[in-house]
Amino acid sequence: MLDDTPRKLTIIRDGGDKIFRGVIRAGGSTVLVIMVLVGSFLAYRASQALGTVGFSFFTEQAWEPDQGKFGIAAVLVGTILIALVAICVSLPLALGTSLFITEFAPRQIRGFLVSIVDLMAAIPSVVFGLWGFFFLQQAIVPVSRWISQYFGWIPVFAVDNVDPTDPLATTTVYTSSTFIAGIVVGIMVTPIVTSIMREVFSQTPIGEREAAIGLGATRWAMIRNVVLPFGQGGIIGGTMLGLGRALGETIAVYMIISPVFVIQPHILQNGASSVAALIALRYGESTPMGLSALMAAGLALFTMTLIVNFGASMVVARSRSGAAS
Amino acid sequence: MAETKKAPASTNALVGVSRKKRPSSKKTTVHPRGEFVGIETKRTLGGIRVGDLLSILGAAVAAFALAIVLTTQVAPITGQLAFFIVWYILFVGLYALLVSIDDTKTFVVDRVISVVVTSVATLLFSVLIFVIVFVIGRGAEALPFANFYLQDMQEAGPLDPLTKGGVVHAIAGSLIQISIALAITIPLGLAAAVYLNEIPGRFSRFVRTIVEAMTALPSIVAGLFIFATAILMFGVPKSGFAASLAISVMMLPIMIRSADVVLRLVPQTLKEASIGLGASQWKTVWNVVLPTSRSGLTTSIILATARGIGETSPVLLTSGFTAALNVNPLADPMVSLPLAIFQFVKSPEPTMIARGFGTAAVLMVLVLTLFVIARWVGGMTPEKSARARTRRAAMISNVVTLFKSLSALLTPRRVVIRSKDHS
Repeated sequence: MLDDTPRKLTIIRDGGDKIFRGVIRAGGSTVLVIMVLVGSFLAYRASQALGTVGFSFFTEQAWEPDQGKFGIAAVLVGTILIALVAICVSLPLALGTSLFITEFAPRQIRGFLVSIVDLMAAIPSVVFGLWGFFFLQQAIVPVSRWISQYFGWIPVFAVDNVDPTDPLATTTVYTSSTFIAGIVVGIMVTPIVTSIMREVFSQTPIGEREAAIGLGATRWAMIRNVVLPFGQGGIIGGTMLGLGRALGETIAVYMIISPVFVIQPHILQNGASSVAALIALRYGESTPMGLSALMAAGLALFTMTLIVNFGASMVVARSRSGAAS
Repeated sequence: MAETKKAPASTNALVGVSRKKRPSSKKTTVHPRGEFVGIETKRTLGGIRVGDLLSILGAAVAAFALAIVLTTQVAPITGQLAFFIVWYILFVGLYALLVSIDDTKTFVVDRVISVVVTSVATLLFSVLIFVIVFVIGRGAEALPFANFYLQDMQEAGPLDPLTKGGVVHAIAGSLIQISIALAITIPLGLAAAVYLNEIPGRFSRFVRTIVEAMTALPSIVAGLFIFATAILMFGVPKSGFAASLAISVMMLPIMIRSADVVLRLVPQTLKEASIGLGASQWKTVWNVVLPTSRSGLTTSIILATARGIGETSPVLLTSGFTAALNVNPLADPMVSLPLAIFQFVKSPEPTMIARGFGTAAVLMVLVLTLFVIARWVGGMTPEKSARARTRRAAMISNVVTLFKSLSALLTPRRVVIRSKDHS
C-alpha cells in the first residue's frame, strides 16, 4: 500500500544534448589522441636508434650517428647543469619577489607588480637570448674570473688552460659557458616560478597571520612560522615547474653556448651542451639514423621534464595550500 | 617619556573603574568621569621611521666606502657588477650592525630580512625592465625607417644600410601562422576544457592528467614531432602550415589547462539554477557557463597566443627560412618574427644585428599589446562590463543629445530668420 522504496532516476537527454556531449567528448578524445601520439611516435622513431646502440646511449658522450657512435651522456649532464644553475638563480629571486609582493609591498602597487610578473612570463625566450648574448656575456666575465680565481679549488668552478692571476689573459675562455646560459634561463623562468609562489602565499589563511601578529611576532617571524610552512608545497612545486621549463629551454641556450660533446663539469668554462640545443643544431641531418638518434634525445628530454612536472604537481596537490586548487 | 608616564596612570584608572563598577572578567577602557584626558588622536600604524631610513642610508654609504677599499686594495676585481655584489654584501652586514645597536636579535633578523627581500624584488624587476629597455634601445636604430615595416629582405643584402629592407615578411608570417594555430586550438581546446568539466568521470580525469603532463612538453620536441610526422612522413613541405601545426601542439595543453581552471570557477549554484529551470546541458553551457567565464577564457586564449607567437624552436624546425614575403601558408617557406630575429643576429654585420633587435622590439610590442588586452578583458567581470555598457550607452545618448542640440542650435536660427522674414 505504502510503497516507499527509492525510485530509480534516469536522465533522458534530448537530441541537442546528445550531439553536444558527443562533440565535446570528441574534442577531449582528439586532444588525448594528439598528446599520446606525440609521446608514442617519439618512442617509436627513437626505438631504431636505441636498438642500435643499446644502453651505451646513456654512457656515450660523442654525437656521430652516422658512425653509429652517439649517446646523450654529455648533453644530458650539460642540460642538468644549466638547469641547476638556473634554479640557483631563480629560486632566491622568485622567493624574495613573491614574498615582497604578498607581504612587504604597499597594497596599492601589489596588483601592478603582479601584472608585471605575469607579463614577464610572456616575454619570448629569443629576447632573453639576445640580452644574454649581447649584454650579459661581456658583463659577467669579471665575475666568472673572480669566482674561478678564488674558488677554483672547488672542481665545479675550475677553469682549464688559464692563469687567473694574469690580468692580460684572454677572457674568451669564460664566455659561452654553462654559467651564463644558466643565468639567462634562470632569469627567464623566474617570473613563472614567482607567480606560482605568489599565488600560494596569498592563500595563507588570514586568521593564522593575525594570530601570529597578535601574539607579538615580527613580520619575519610571522612569515617563517605561518606563510612559509603553508606555502611549502608551492615553493617546491613552483621550483620544480621552473626546473621543467629550464630543462626544455632551447633558443636562449642555443644562442649563448658553444656546443661541445664531452662532459663539461666546469660551469665557468667556455663550452657547454644541452639536449634541446643539440636538436636545434642537428635536425637538418637527413640520414634516418641521425634523425632517429635526435628523436631518442628528444624522448629522453621529454621523459625528464615529464617526471619533474608530475613530481611538481604531486607536491603541490598534496600540500595544504594546493588542496583547493 | 610622556608615554611611559601616562601608561601606568591609565592602567590604574582602568583597574579602579572596573572594580568599582562591577567585578567581571571583562575589562574595558573607561576613563574616570570628569577627568579630561585630552583629545585622542588617531595613531598611524606602519609608515617609515626616520631612524630606519637613516640606518639604511648610513649602511649604504659606509658599505660604498668599504667596498672601494676592498676592491682596489685587498682583493682587486674589475667590473661594475662585481663591485656591486661586494657593496651589497657589505651593506647588509653593516645594516645588521646598525640595527643591533638599538634593537634585540629578533628585530635585527626582521629588519635584515625586510631589506634583503625588498632588494631581491627590486633586482628582479630592474633586470626584467632592463632586458626590455636594452632590446628596444638597441633596436631603436632600425625602428624609425618606414621601409622596416613595409619591405621584406629579398632585395637587401647584409651590407645594405637600414634604409633598405624590412621585416614585413616576418610580421605577415607571424600573423598567418598564429591565426591558423588559433583556428585549430580554440575550438579543440575549448571543447576539451568543457568536456573536462561537464562530463566528469574516470576517462576525463585521465585526459586531464595527460594534458597536464603535456604542458611539460619542451617546445623543441613539439617541433621535432611535426618535423618527423607532417614533413618527413606525410610530405607536407616546410611551410607556414607546418609551423602552425607545431605551434598548435605546443599551445593546446597550455590553453586547455588554464581554460579548465577558469571553467571550474563557475559557481555550481548558477548551473543548478539553470538545470532546475529545465534547461538542457547544452543550453546551460551555452547560456550560463560560457558567458560567466567569458573573460577568463579570453584571457587564457590570449596568454596562450602570446606564448605561441614568441616561440622560436618549433618554428625553426618546421617553417623553413626565406627572405621574401610569402602569404601562402601551404607552400614555400614562411618566416616568423622570432625566427627572423634568430637569423638576423647570426650575422656579424652591425646593420643585420640592429635589424634583429628592431624585430625583437616589434615582437615585444606585439606581445605587450596582446597581454594588455588580456589584462583588460580578464579584469572584466560581468558587473563591470554591464557598467561599461551603460556608460557607453550614456555616452552615445550624450553624443546624440549633443548633436541634437547642435542641430537645434543651427536650425532654430534659420527658423528665427525665416520667422523674421515672414513677419
